[in-house]
Amino acid sequence: MALRISLTINGTPHPVELEDARPTLLDVLRERIGLTGTKKGCDRGQCGACTVLIDGRRMNSCLALAASLDGASITTIEGLADGETLHPVQAAFIENDGFQCGYCTPGQIMSAVGLLAEAGGELSAERIREGMSGNLCRCGAYAGIQDAVLDAQTRLAKGGKS
Amino acid sequence: MKAFDFERAATIDAAIRSASEPGAAYHAGGTNLLDLMKVGVRTPEKLVDITQIEALKSVSIEADGSLRIGALVRNSDLARHADIARSYPAVAEALLSGASAQLRNAATVGGNLMQQTRCAYFYDPNSACNLHQAGQGCDALEGENSKHAVLGWTRACIATHPSDFCVPLAAMGASVEAVGPGGTRTITLDELYTLPGEDSPPGTSLAQGDLITAVILPAHAKTFAGHARYIKLRDRTSYAFAIVSAAAMLDIGDGRIKDARIALGGVAAKPWRSRKAETLLNGAEATDAAFRKAADAALADASPSGDNDYKIELARRILVRALKAAAAGTPPVMPALPGSVFQPEGETSR
Repeated sequence: MALRISLTINGTPHPVELEDARPTLLDVLRERIGLTGTKKGCDRGQCGACTVLIDGRRMNSCLALAASLDGASITTIEGLADGETLHPVQAAFIENDGFQCGYCTPGQIMSAVGLLAEAGGELSAERIREGMSGNLCRCGAYAGIQDAVLDAQTRLAKGGKS
Repeated sequence: MKAFDFERAATIDAAIRSASEPGAAYHAGGTNLLDLMKVGVRTPEKLVDITQIEALKSVSIEADGSLRIGALVRNSDLARHADIARSYPAVAEALLSGASAQLRNAATVGGNLMQQTRCAYFYDPNSACNLHQAGQGCDALEGENSKHAVLGWTRACIATHPSDFCVPLAAMGASVEAVGPGGTRTITLDELYTLPGEDSPPGTSLAQGDLITAVILPAHAKTFAGHARYIKLRDRTSYAFAIVSAAAMLDIGDGRIKDARIALGGVAAKPWRSRKAETLLNGAEATDAAFRKAADAALADASPSGDNDYKIELARRILVRALKAAAAGTPPVMPALPGSVFQPEGETSR
């Protein structure tokens, strides 16, 4: 049962033809669109490595059926930077050593972007840790991740440039 | 994943027509169903996608003062909704204590109610499980069962209901609106869930094609807004299912409890309201001794279903903790760690 859907990915419309309804958004991004920045970790919604923004909200792309997302607007890690200028959250992760091996990092950064967009005010370190609990890091770079999100919050408050 | 047909329903009527066929299942947030389909425990022949039905996405105050929450409202939107924060704070705390931010952004109210147990034997298609098919037996009985039920279980099934959201709903007597081929009906949350029988697994009272369209929070429950908490104990501080949890809501005047609502999570195949414990507290002074007496009553019928004797005393203590926290008053802002017994110093405000 072929299905035709249309996704706007990082601002660009992509018509996608699916042979059947099984592919998740994660699989479509990586295998059909060729955007491999979004990572497959557990593929079960438990690790957060596949986090992207769907219509502006952070979600696990491994548990999102692409067939259900016709017309949706998706932002992936590839869509954050402005040309050569990093997004403030990306810059803050580099500045604060918010990673070691880097596999979970695209998901961490997309989750942090979502968290800072959701927050109604300035977040404490404890609220950042709680808000980022859906993203696991097996290297254990949590201290750097927390510092990166705190730093990104300050950068965004100052006007959004890295 | 086994292949399946996929249909998008534009209206509630179209959805019900499509999902009334055997083998069909509704798809909304997909956070639980897709996971179960990936491991092969759920193998629907057709998914009826309801995510485009606008009529299921609103929250409204009804003429009688009750709050009607559309089944497609996302968990995160509901937790941040002004009417929930103001009038039903334990519901917001329970929602925010569950899953992760990503999952709460995807998961819906109706899906939360319909989510399946996280019993590892249910999740393994090769294990015997009466929830796979009645009559298979239950491998959890002789397996790793330290998190399993202590109330309402039988040898047919010792699984627990995993929802946090449903615990304060059960306590306040929330109801569920379901529409099916036979029309619309409103039942209490308690009537939605069926406990296991001697030979039958737990489930719901919904039939094939029935669609949950709304959850209704009673107007009366607003009287508990100043003294309402949800407390949850888990293996790690965040992003874990409850080992045991408790919702406590009190209407207190002059140090006396006028009305109490109590439910436990993680102890049974459904969120477990204890009317016995509530009755003991009605008219009582809000003291630790009264809370302990109520907790003893709530767990009076409990028995271990495996390596889980500890959960009975743990549930008593979490209930006492929730009652004390509720008596102390709903925090002015959501705690940094919603539902947690661990609250960092200096985190009473943002």
